[in-house]
Amino acid sequence: MSLLAELPIGSRARVRSIVGSDELSVRLMEMGLTPGVEVALVGKAPLGDPLELELRGYRLSVRRSEAARVEIESPLPAIH
Amino acid sequence: MAAHKFTVALIGNPNTGKSTLFSALAGIRQRVGNYPGVTVEKKIGTLRGDACEYELVDLPGTYSLAPRSPDEMVAVDVLLGNVAELGPIDAVLSIVDASNLDRNLYLVSQVLELGLPTVIALNMCDLARARGIQIDVERLSAQLGAPVVEVQANRQLGVKELKEQLAAAISAGIPAARPSPFPQAFQEEVAALESLLASNEIRARAIPRYLVERLMLDTSGYLQRALATNGFADVVDGHLKLARERLAKAGLPVPAVEAQARYGWVAQMLTGVVTRPPERIEVRGDRIDRILTHKVWGTLVFAAAMLAVFSAVFVVADPLMQAIDSGIGWIGNEVGARLDEGPLRSLVVDGVIGGVGSVLVFLPQIMILFFFLAVLEDCGYMARAAYLMDKLMVRVGLSGKSFIPLLSSFACAIPGVMATRVIENRRDRLTTMLVAPLMSCSARLPVYAILIGAFIPPIAVAGGIVPLQGLVLFAMYLLGIVTAALVALVLKRTILRGPTPPFVMELPSYKWPSPKIVLERMAERAWAFIARAGTLILAVSILVWAASYFPHHAPEIEASLGPRVHQLELERDALVEHSPAREQLDSQINDVENEIAAAYQRNSFLGRLGHWIEPAVRPLGWDWRIGCAALASFPAREVVMGALGVIYNLGSDLDVGDASDQDRLSARMRAAVWEDTGEPVYTVPVALSIMVFFALCAQCASTLVIIRRESGNWWWPAFTFVYMTTLAYLGAMATYQVGSRLPTIF
Repeated sequence: MSLLAELPIGSRARVRSIVGSDELSVRLMEMGLTPGVEVALVGKAPLGDPLELELRGYRLSVRRSEAARVEIESPLPAIH
Repeated sequence: MAAHKFTVALIGNPNTGKSTLFSALAGIRQRVGNYPGVTVEKKIGTLRGDACEYELVDLPGTYSLAPRSPDEMVAVDVLLGNVAELGPIDAVLSIVDASNLDRNLYLVSQVLELGLPTVIALNMCDLARARGIQIDVERLSAQLGAPVVEVQANRQLGVKELKEQLAAAISAGIPAARPSPFPQAFQEEVAALESLLASNEIRARAIPRYLVERLMLDTSGYLQRALATNGFADVVDGHLKLARERLAKAGLPVPAVEAQARYGWVAQMLTGVVTRPPERIEVRGDRIDRILTHKVWGTLVFAAAMLAVFSAVFVVADPLMQAIDSGIGWIGNEVGARLDEGPLRSLVVDGVIGGVGSVLVFLPQIMILFFFLAVLEDCGYMARAAYLMDKLMVRVGLSGKSFIPLLSSFACAIPGVMATRVIENRRDRLTTMLVAPLMSCSARLPVYAILIGAFIPPIAVAGGIVPLQGLVLFAMYLLGIVTAALVALVLKRTILRGPTPPFVMELPSYKWPSPKIVLERMAERAWAFIARAGTLILAVSILVWAASYFPHHAPEIEASLGPRVHQLELERDALVEHSPAREQLDSQINDVENEIAAAYQRNSFLGRLGHWIEPAVRPLGWDWRIGCAALASFPAREVVMGALGVIYNLGSDLDVGDASDQDRLSARMRAAVWEDTGEPVYTVPVALSIMVFFALCAQCASTLVIIRRESGNWWWPAFTFVYMTTLAYLGAMATYQVGSRLPTIF
């Protein structure tokens, strides 16, 4: 099992679960990071944090610490 | 005339074109205010239908109707008809982004559960088509059980059909109950909780089903505190714990069950409705984004954009401000010439007209800054700016969203404080608002310029590379930034302590900014400033005028200098017009009159206060004159030049930007000596101490009034005033005490 925060840039994976039941995990799920959804790590900000994700056809920015709440299945083939 | 008035709530995710649709529907017939007790903006417009009129309530953009704070509760309260002023809601207009239906329908699923007549406006279909997404609108409407209307908010397309569908939905009345997206076991738990709450006799009104469901799902404890009161809290708490345990065992853990259920419902709704290409089709915006978020190019573009905005503010706003200033001066002269010398003339010219001027002079900066901020926000770049700057801001306990408001404050804290509306989290927003006035605004620059010009030698240090004057100016800006960072850190660890709010932020697709929205936002902010702050600033200006005018009594000076003026005037009137001798006499008369004015000022309430506080400003290295000028600058720091001008007998109409006026003033300042010792008042430590004081002090009534307006509370501007003034005093004292003990460097 791996974490979204550790995914290499340009790769994608399916979400396995979101850790925790606090405001942050609720927010991540509301924004569409639910089990089974496919998410790609598009890039990171110039200072290394936050990360830019793509899921459900849109772009989402999360901090590295927040992405650490997202558990993923093994990476899928790269996007491009 | 309209037969009946209906209330319609407009709701949608951020970045869906909601504001554009609101303005397309309501035009300029809008009222803006605040909901009581919260910082949420209340925006209501009037929409004319064929046979009726609608009150359109624009709810704040949100991804979810799951209140975890009073601010988030507002939208739910409005929808449930709990806001007395608005009354019950007759219909909901829900706007969704067609290029991003999955996430937008999450909110729709919550809205539909409220059981109100609902119309869906499907916006941004052109972007969806560009991404190769095809939507069967009719089928979507059938699946949702609610009319779906394709609109193009920016081109006013679909507005007529939207109105027709609204009228139809309202006349059809409350729709038949829709199947809940939640699993059966969860629904049963909610029903059990509902009957438990109903057994609480004390409550006058039943809690709506939607809120009972939210109570079950809200793990933050907010709704529990808000709903289950009256000694009933323990019972509800116990029940909730057990119910959640049962649900977790059944494989429906709270709160995850909600996202699972709703996104499951969304997938079901969209089956056979939406066809997407197997790979995301890259549109122009995606290619632009790759550059704008690039490590090197993105940073460069960002720096260039910010530089461009600031240059524009200074280059464009400065002449406008000068023009307003001289226009106000001209009006003051014209009006003054038509009034007799005396308190009335001084009140009208110096108090009222001068006061109005001190309000209007901010307008160019506010409007130009908001023009650019609205462009950046509407095209989608604002979110990228927050993305680029987040890591930097996290170090002081804030998020990337605080960067632009704080940067704006270098031009003027007023638009900076108003720009904090982009920050959703209340604690982050307040912290940003409270430290924004520490950024060295453009009104501080003349104060720095004149003191540095007069007292810091024009030499170069660090091996002759760095000019010392520039270094001191830079140090003043740095002082503001460092102090703001420290204050923010302290605030986030003390009175505004709380869990770090999630950053999780959508990076919206780029689009061309809508000129209408940009101009509207600019006008709205300008008007908000004039209407809400203007009157109060005017009142403060008149008070300060009164304090520095009355009692207007200096018998000794009048007795000794009055006849001299009279005699000089007689001599002058005997001379030929435009002769050099006459001009010389004119300037002599002016000097004597200035001396009389200075005596009045010394004897005024403000002047007496200056003398009275001299012991307090002595540790700062100041004499009573500086203390008096600092006091007079509390309503607006830019008046310090005028105040010093009066005190040093130069007249009050000194022009801050005028080099020769600056020279005259600095010459007087250099010549000033202590009355008791005869030593010069101004030394380098004293000049630095004044600069530090002006850098840190809350000398701007407008900013404080705007903080009151944006925070909805007088407590926060009071706090800002006290903490900044205290810091300014201590900072100035430390500067002088340390500086005057160091060996003289220059």
